[in-house]
Amino acid sequence: MSAVLPPSAMPTPAPVAVVRSRSHGANVMRRLLRNPIAMTAAAVILLLVLVAIFAPWIMPADPFATSMFKRLKPIGTPGFPLGTDELGRDMLSRLMLGGRLSLFMGIAPVLMAFVIGSGIGILAGYAGGGINTVLMRCVDVLYAFPSVLLAIALSGALGAGITNALVSLTVVFVPQIARIAESVTTQVRRSDYVDAARASGASAFTIVHRHVLGNVIGPIFVYATSLISVSMILASGLSFLGLGVKPPQPEWGLMLNTLRTAIYSQPWIAALPGVLIFVTSVSFNMLADGLRTAMEVKQ
Amino acid sequence: MLAYLIRRAGYALPIMLGVSFLCFMLVHIAPGDPLVAILPADASIDLQKQMMKLYGFDRSLPEQFFHWLWRAMHGDLGTSIATSRPVTQEVMKAVGNTFMLAMMATLIGFFFGCLFGFVAGYFRNSWADRAASFMSVIGVSLPHYWLGMVMVIIFSSQLMWLPATGAGPDGSGNWKWDIEHIKYMILPAVTMSFIPMGIVARTVRALVADILSQEFVIGLRARGLSEFGVFKHVVKNCAPTALAVMGLQLGYLLGGSILIETVFSWPGTGFLLNQAIFQRDLPLLQGTILVLALFFVALNLLVDILQTVLDPRIERA
Repeated sequence: MSAVLPPSAMPTPAPVAVVRSRSHGANVMRRLLRNPIAMTAAAVILLLVLVAIFAPWIMPADPFATSMFKRLKPIGTPGFPLGTDELGRDMLSRLMLGGRLSLFMGIAPVLMAFVIGSGIGILAGYAGGGINTVLMRCVDVLYAFPSVLLAIALSGALGAGITNALVSLTVVFVPQIARIAESVTTQVRRSDYVDAARASGASAFTIVHRHVLGNVIGPIFVYATSLISVSMILASGLSFLGLGVKPPQPEWGLMLNTLRTAIYSQPWIAALPGVLIFVTSVSFNMLADGLRTAMEVKQ
Repeated sequence: MLAYLIRRAGYALPIMLGVSFLCFMLVHIAPGDPLVAILPADASIDLQKQMMKLYGFDRSLPEQFFHWLWRAMHGDLGTSIATSRPVTQEVMKAVGNTFMLAMMATLIGFFFGCLFGFVAGYFRNSWADRAASFMSVIGVSLPHYWLGMVMVIIFSSQLMWLPATGAGPDGSGNWKWDIEHIKYMILPAVTMSFIPMGIVARTVRALVADILSQEFVIGLRARGLSEFGVFKHVVKNCAPTALAVMGLQLGYLLGGSILIETVFSWPGTGFLLNQAIFQRDLPLLQGTILVLALFFVALNLLVDILQTVLDPRIERA
């Protein structure tokens, strides 16, 4: 039955080009770049960060210069485009410079917690057994506190100040990240390729370094990015309570606090620093959402 | 079932012990002498020693901890350094006010969260869905203390509809459920309700979308059940999870109300914590945090148990 076709009739196979498949990272980046919401959010964050970094050079006025005659000037006053605060300081300049501490206090605790929490979680997940139980029970105790309460309890006990606020916020986020890290690592540890590596005699360090880390860091990182928005709100909240940055340093949360006295005379100026906290927090949330979709991490 | 309940409660015990230990340690991680707030600057060494003995700070840490825990279990959280009143009494008075506010906020947030969630889940990818999803992102990104200020600006300072601060026209002491008092609760409760609203909306949307795509719903429709009948099934199926989320949110609000209470000068635990922090009243800080944290753990336990009871499909390993 089978008719043997002459070679000329055979469909010629297309020349096989050696295409190096794109790396996972490049794929994620490409998907993220195509997400308009995430890109808008990223642009807003970039703008805020750039303004904060270059604030000392682009500020229109001295953010520390007080004047009793220029107190609480409305928005649009010549020379003070966003008005002045309760001590007559230029709002625009203070908001620009304030971004430095606000952004730093929002991002730094998450970064530190990412390093510490991942370390604890990966160790617990990979070691399993008794080490896992001990570590995760300690983490559970911290996790048993509502995050706002824990942050306030720790900074309340330690006392006001930037360092203490950073420490408290880090302690708040470590258990959250450690729990995610532990569960992802436990999954990876049970996978066949880790078994194979172990069977071929790889040391624990090699397995964690070559097989586990690369597979767990992504999901942990995505989770950590979603915490930045919470951290921004909490950090500014601590300053709002007087537990974070101390005056006269400009910081958005602290500015909200000191401007509370002005909500009856200059309400819109009093609300301004909050707008920036809100915009930053929404942007980080949307970027984190975009990143999660791009990495196809299910939560 | 009973075995699960016992195991779950047994699991909560070490957590409660750990939480208590952490609260106990709050006084000891604090820099400086915990008695510095009440001792005069030129106090003699003798007087310092006497006070240390009086407050029990001269004993070893484990000894202090178990002594403190024993008394706490009997309802004695020590004496406030600033007011010399029993901490338990102060905390209990404040917890009532906070609970009332948090409960109200949770109910408002749950109602609107469910509403948005159902609409979004039923009409997936419509403009309503996008609006509801957007609302939930806004809800979780809002700095609530700032929202509180904006509420005061709009409804108190500009429109003059509602009072800005306090918990009643005659100071904050005695709450009554009449219109004059409820007016004081509207702004803080609505502000606070944004926290659970976003999260409840997100959860309910995912639940409704998931349930509607299941085969039993197609089956119900094929049997000619009215859309309202289908809706009742959807509600029944997402109730346990939605209620669990609501319970946990209530716990978060109880612990996280300090910022909003500060904005509205609401006489609850947040106000108490604020006072404790700025007067360096460590026993009061410790006691308030302990009560709130233990409440949160207990609520978690209760929610877990209720969820198992409500939804027998949940197999607890």
